Amino acid sequence: MSELLHMPKTALEDLITILWREGFKVLGPVARDGAVAFDEVRKVSDLAVATRETQEPGRYRLVPGPAGEIFGVVNGAGSLKPFFFAPEETLLEINRERRGFKVTEVAPAAPRLAFIGVRACDLAALAVQDRIFLHDRFQDKHYEARRKDAFLVAVNCTRSAATCFCVSMKTGPEASTGFDLSLTELEQGFVMRCGSAAGEAIAAKLGLTPPPHDDVLLAKSRIDECAAGMRRRLDTADLPRLLYDEAENPRWKEVASRCLSCTNCTMVCPTCFCHTVVDQEEIDGNMSQRVRKWDSCFSLEHAHIHGINFRRKIEDRYRQWLTHKLGSWIDQFGTSGCVGCGRCITWCPVGIDLTEEVAAIRAYPVKR
Amino acid sequence: MIYPARITARRTETAGIYTFTMRFVDNNVRRAYSFKAGQFNMLYAFGVGEVPISIVSDPADPENLEHTIRIAGRVTGVMAGWKVGDVVGLRGPYGNGWPVEEARGRDVVIITGGLGCAPVVGLINYIFDRREQYGELHILHGVKTPNDLLYRERFDEWRRAPRTKVYLTADQPDKSWHYKIGVVTELFDELTAPPSAIVMMCGPEVMMRFAARALRQKGIGDEAIYLSMERRMECAVGLCGHCQYREHFVCKDGPVFSYRTVRELFSTSGI
Repeated sequence: MSELLHMPKTALEDLITILWREGFKVLGPVARDGAVAFDEVRKVSDLAVATRETQEPGRYRLVPGPAGEIFGVVNGAGSLKPFFFAPEETLLEINRERRGFKVTEVAPAAPRLAFIGVRACDLAALAVQDRIFLHDRFQDKHYEARRKDAFLVAVNCTRSAATCFCVSMKTGPEASTGFDLSLTELEQGFVMRCGSAAGEAIAAKLGLTPPPHDDVLLAKSRIDECAAGMRRRLDTADLPRLLYDEAENPRWKEVASRCLSCTNCTMVCPTCFCHTVVDQEEIDGNMSQRVRKWDSCFSLEHAHIHGINFRRKIEDRYRQWLTHKLGSWIDQFGTSGCVGCGRCITWCPVGIDLTEEVAAIRAYPVKR
Repeated sequence: MIYPARITARRTETAGIYTFTMRFVDNNVRRAYSFKAGQFNMLYAFGVGEVPISIVSDPADPENLEHTIRIAGRVTGVMAGWKVGDVVGLRGPYGNGWPVEEARGRDVVIITGGLGCAPVVGLINYIFDRREQYGELHILHGVKTPNDLLYRERFDEWRRAPRTKVYLTADQPDKSWHYKIGVVTELFDELTAPPSAIVMMCGPEVMMRFAARALRQKGIGDEAIYLSMERRMECAVGLCGHCQYREHFVCKDGPVFSYRTVRELFSTSGI
C-alpha cells in the first residue's frame, strides 16, 4: 500500500473530478473570510492557491504565496471535526401519543465526503476522535455514519506555521497513516503515496507513472526541513503526572488572569468532544427534538449541578482543559488529546500558548 | 434509547422529595432489564430534559423501579408533578453500583451527610433485605440543622433493628435535637466498627475527606472505603465530557469509587 507515484499538478483537476464522479462531495482548503476552511471544491482554482498564511498567538493572516503553489496554507480555524462530529444535530424525535410518547431515532444525513489537503495533525486528530466515538464502550452512530466512507487525501507539510508543534506530539509533518492518498507538493508536481485499497483504486484511474527518484528524495528532504525548522516545542515527558502533581501550581491563577474563558480553543480544537444535549419542544407541545450541540469545559454550566459548581473559577476550568488535553486524556483513551496543530494558540483572542503554560509549570513546580 | 415507563406509585417522602415507582410499558424491555444496587437511570420528562436518578428499590425486583427525586431544578420541578398513570421516559441502568458483594460477611459502615442521600437509602434497604449475609451495620448521618434530617422515622426504625447502630449529629442543633452535636466526624469517637469493616459513603466531598481521615485512625484503610461521587451527568455513557473527575468519568467509571482511587484528587478544589 505504499506505492509511490508522480502526479502532475494538472492531474489534481482530474482527481477532484473523479472523486465527484465516484459519488463523493469533495472538500478542500478554501479561502473564506480571511482564513482557510474546508469547503466544497469543484476545481483546483476553488482551493486557496498561491496563498500562504502567517500565524502567531492570537493572530492569523492570509498572505500571497508563490505562483503555482496549491497547498501553501498550513491550516485554518476549521479542522475535519465538524464534518464527522456535527456542531449541532438532532438525535431523537419524541412524539406525544394519546398515552405516553414514541421515541424515534433520527438517521444522520451522511453524504460521502472526500477531503483534499488534510494535514498530518488533522489525520491524527481524526484518529483520536475515532477512538472516542467508535472504539470506546459506547459507539456513536451519527459519527460512524459520516466517518465510514470518508476518503482522505493528505498533504504532507513542507512548511509549518509558527504555532505548529506536531513534531513534539509525534503526529507530523508527514502523514504516516490514516489516509487513502497522500501528496507531497513540489514545484514540478506531487509525489503521491497510496495508503489504502480505496486510494489505490482512485489513483489507478489517473494513469500515473512512478516518480523520478530525485522527486522522492526532494520530497523527503522538504518534509525533514519542515520538521527541523519547527520552533515551537512541547516537552511531553511524563505529562499526566506533571499536571496531576501541579494541580496547585500558581501558574493556573496567572493564566486565568489572561484567559477570557471564551471557549475558542475548544471550538477550534480538532479533538475536543464535549457536548450537551437539549430537548427542544415544538410550540404545539406534541413533539420534542433531542438536539446535541458542542459544549466546552470553559462554559460556566459545564460542571454545574443543582446548587454546586465544581469548576467555578476560570483557573479551575483552564486547569481542567489543559490537564485533560495533555494528561488525563492519555489515561482515558491511551492517546494524548493534543496533536500539535496550534489552533488553540492562534485562535485564542489573547494569545495564550499551551506550550508556554506547560513549560512554565515544568520550570517552577510546587509539588512537595 | 429512551423507553416509556408508567408511574405505578407515588409517595411523598417530605416536602420536595418524592419516590416514584415505575414499570416499562414494553413487556420485552421490562423483562430484559436488570440492575445492581447503587446504579442509576436517566429519567426523562417529555420536552423538558433528563436527570440522573439512582434506583432505590431492590435489584431482586427489576420490573418495579423506585426512584427518589429531590426537586432541585427545572427538570425535577416538572417531575414533581408526575402522577400515577403518567408515562415518562427511562434509560439505563448506568454506573457501577455499590460493592455489595465485597461487603458480604463483613461489618458495614455507611456514612452520609447533608440532605437525604438516596443512593444510601437503597443500599441500606438492600442490606436489610439480606440481613443474614452481612455483619453489624453502622449508619452515620450528619446534618447541618435538625430540619435537614429527612426520613427521621426510618432512622428510628433502623436504630431499633438488631445488629444495627445509628449515629446522628447536627452541626446547628435546636431544642428538639437529642442526638450528638457537631460535624459528622464527631461521631467517630462512638463508632465501634472493627478495622475489617467496609465503608460506603455519600455526601459532601469535604465530609467524606474528613471521614476517611477519621476512619484511618480507627484502623480502617483507604482500600476499604467506597464513596459515591456527584458530577454533572448528561449522557451517562462517557461521551459528553461533563462528569469528568480528572481521568475518571463519574457516569461510567463510577459513581462509586474506591477512596484509594480518588484520594489524591480530594485535596484540591475545583477538579
